Amino acid sequence: MTEQNPSWQRQLVVPILAVVLGLLAGALLILLTGDNPLTAYGGLMAGSLGSAEGIGRTLDKATPLVLGGLAVAFAFKAGLLNIGGQGQLLLGAVFAAWAGFDFDLPAIVHIPFALVIGGLAAALLGALSGYLKAKRGTHEVISTIMLNFVAANFTEWLVSRDGPWKDPDGGAIARTPAILPSAEFPRVGELPTGFLVAVLAAVVIWWIVARSTLGFEIQTVGANPNAARYAGISVPRIIIIAMTISAFLAGLGGAIQTQGVIGRFEPGFNTGLGFDGITIALLARTNALAVVPAALLIGGLDAGSTLMQSRTNVEPEIINVIQAFILFFVAAPSAVRWLLRLRNAADEPEVQLAGGWGA
Amino acid sequence: MAGDVLLEARGLTKRFPGVLANDSVDLLLHRGEILGLLGENGAGKSTLVKMLFGIHQPDEGDIYFKGQAVTNDGPGEAIARGMSMVHQHFQLVPPLTVAENIVLGNEPISRGFFNKRAAEKRVREISEQYGLTVEPTDVVGDLPVGIQQRVEILKALYRGAEMLILDEPTAVLTPQETDELLVILRQLAADGVGIIFITHKLREVLAVTDRVTVLRQGKGVGTAETANSTSASLAELMVGRSVVLRVEKDEAAPAEPVLIVNDLHVRDDRRQLVVEGATLQVRAGEILGVAGVEGNGQRELVEAITGIRPIDTGSAVVDGTPVGSKPRAVRELGVAYIPEDREKDGLVGGYSIADNLVLATYYEEPFASRGVRDFDAVAQQAEELVEQFDVRTPSINTPVQSLSGGNKQKVIVARELSKENRLVVASQPTRGVDVGSIEFIHNQLITARDAGAAVLLVSAELDEIFGLADRIAVIYEGRIVAELDPTTTTREEVGLFMAGGG
Ligand SMILES: Nc1ncnc2c1ncn2[C@@H]1O[C@H](COP(=O)(O)OP(=O)(O)O)[C@@H](O)[C@H]1O
Ligand SMILES: [Mg+2]
Repeated sequence: MTEQNPSWQRQLVVPILAVVLGLLAGALLILLTGDNPLTAYGGLMAGSLGSAEGIGRTLDKATPLVLGGLAVAFAFKAGLLNIGGQGQLLLGAVFAAWAGFDFDLPAIVHIPFALVIGGLAAALLGALSGYLKAKRGTHEVISTIMLNFVAANFTEWLVSRDGPWKDPDGGAIARTPAILPSAEFPRVGELPTGFLVAVLAAVVIWWIVARSTLGFEIQTVGANPNAARYAGISVPRIIIIAMTISAFLAGLGGAIQTQGVIGRFEPGFNTGLGFDGITIALLARTNALAVVPAALLIGGLDAGSTLMQSRTNVEPEIINVIQAFILFFVAAPSAVRWLLRLRNAADEPEVQLAGGWGA
Repeated sequence: MAGDVLLEARGLTKRFPGVLANDSVDLLLHRGEILGLLGENGAGKSTLVKMLFGIHQPDEGDIYFKGQAVTNDGPGEAIARGMSMVHQHFQLVPPLTVAENIVLGNEPISRGFFNKRAAEKRVREISEQYGLTVEPTDVVGDLPVGIQQRVEILKALYRGAEMLILDEPTAVLTPQETDELLVILRQLAADGVGIIFITHKLREVLAVTDRVTVLRQGKGVGTAETANSTSASLAELMVGRSVVLRVEKDEAAPAEPVLIVNDLHVRDDRRQLVVEGATLQVRAGEILGVAGVEGNGQRELVEAITGIRPIDTGSAVVDGTPVGSKPRAVRELGVAYIPEDREKDGLVGGYSIADNLVLATYYEEPFASRGVRDFDAVAQQAEELVEQFDVRTPSINTPVQSLSGGNKQKVIVARELSKENRLVVASQPTRGVDVGSIEFIHNQLITARDAGAAVLLVSAELDEIFGLADRIAVIYEGRIVAELDPTTTTREEVGLFMAGGG
């Protein structure tokens, strides 16, 4: 195996402790605001896991998070920090909507067609960042952040008053027409099939990284680009491929959001989703399979926050605070170790996403 | 020669998790004496001197400096008592001048302000007293490594050092700079300074020390008078078996030219032309040794030949095919490359030995088919190569970053020389490698030659060039300025060409 990891049980220690500590910190805050943390967390649990409907909502929320998390984690294997998940997700969402309303195909073709169109549109954007990095030396953090603005404005224009994809029946609302039912991801009971696609993507990405020669090339470029070049690996080619696949994943997240949850493209519904990928990838320590539970956790917190608010007076913003705490504890395992006086955990690798800087 | 006892250590023991780095080591140093500390990589030399200097605390044992027991204190106290250490990585501030660096921490003050004039005067005095020429007003960052090292030594003298520890000071020096350093050390000793000189180069030990203490696997295996020692006797102490220092090789049987380099021009990373019209040929079955002071275009020359660096003008042709700028295409012509900087360019530190052994061939049968890796094949090859190339490791899954320098290099050598090659390009193949591994790597290069490969050896070590090369080419300022026959030329003649004379 390429990655020299400590046993996977040890790998789990820090994330699990981080979640526990994050929830404890949240409970303390809730106490301070005069509410009962047990009631609040009870509502959180009930809202996210207490019913079939709640579980469905959790899975819906988790789906773009899985794909956004995979996007960041995968690029990071090549030593790249893809901050462009938001823009890539928007492109995926709007192009999947177009493929969904403008084409009339049988469902068995239409669903994957719209999905892939969404993914490819985003992939092009990622390829551009990859190209700029590989051939022009533009740092991918800069180019992906800039392209987030480009994508946001471009997608907004597409559905604006003069935009080509504006819903003619939408009046003043900027949105595309609804996609045809044949392009919608069906639900099996409350289970959204789009979530299964996300899990499948996680397995495929894990396999590519761990088992394929492409994965070896990507990790080699990420670990030591000089040695990669000396060994005959084309570093520019790998950078472009890694950014393209990474953006494709983020685009799939946007497409499923359109095809499985919203049913059309409406800019406001996608705000911020792309940025959560960074949180998820950190929580999962850039392991593709671990991205799924990490996304379920964050998605579940989100899904349960409404019921929590209705049972107590706790504002749903507390969820963001809890997420921030969890992230802090994950990103700084030494802080966790210090807090818990954990000894002999010296071989715990620190995940440093910022390693992409200056490369 | 030797005066009173300056430092005595008895039974020093130091354990690190899982390693017994020093096992009851004794050491004795007199005033005015140069004591060589010799041992393979990982033998415990650095650990030993770090205990003397207060960086590490010994687990057991006693240290007496100037007759007084030294207990539990740090480098600050050691310096105050008159002991100084020149680390392999210099502790200098590049933007400051030579004088400022030397007085740093103990600046001459007048009326509450730093007196630069006084500092420069004092530095000039010491540098004249010990014959260590430096210009006090030069900015340290602009100076060559050899001079920076002098500044480090002057810093120690300025603080009144009676004892000086140098940890592998010559590893970063050119042959000329090394010779100059050895002269300086002799002068310091003549002035009464006691010196511990760490190296694993036997020639330097024989040239400059009075006595040698040899470490092997953390144990002191003996102390010898240098005058009564030979390379062979010291090498045997170091390695624990007899070592063939002179490389045994048959007469070369050169055949057709494999590599033809013609009027090659190559630029460095700052876009300066550093190879300016290099022309050379290497034939099948011979070793061409390229000698030169570092920084004369060697690095760029080999990088151009291996396709890693673009060629500006001119050509490099392997078996009739011009090399382009695709390292993989060059490899597939049958070119092996042992790069100069193994940690940076040759290995992925976090990868296992097995993965490093397929770093260039991971995509070929049997290590992969249709883009899917075959881990069994990778592991099987690793088991064979680790055995065949004598890589000392607990397992093939060990990350290479935890191996010693010599074993890291053996991993690269195994990867590059275990395949059939037309051309082997070896750049500083034994730098920082222990004697036992050097012998092994040299023999592997000879074996490659005898199997019919053309070998291009670039080395800053004249011993290595003379020991291995069938022909010598001297590179100076990006050109091959001389081609010499090692059986008829001398070190002095080669050195003269290296320095741009001749
Ligand atoms: N700080 C340290 N922590 C753990 N092991 C160490 C440390 N320093 C040295 N060692 C180990 O102690 C042994 C001796 O190392 P060292 O003194 O650096 O050898 P040398 O200088 O002769 O090459 C090696 O096995 C090395 O890995
Ligand atoms: Mg050392």
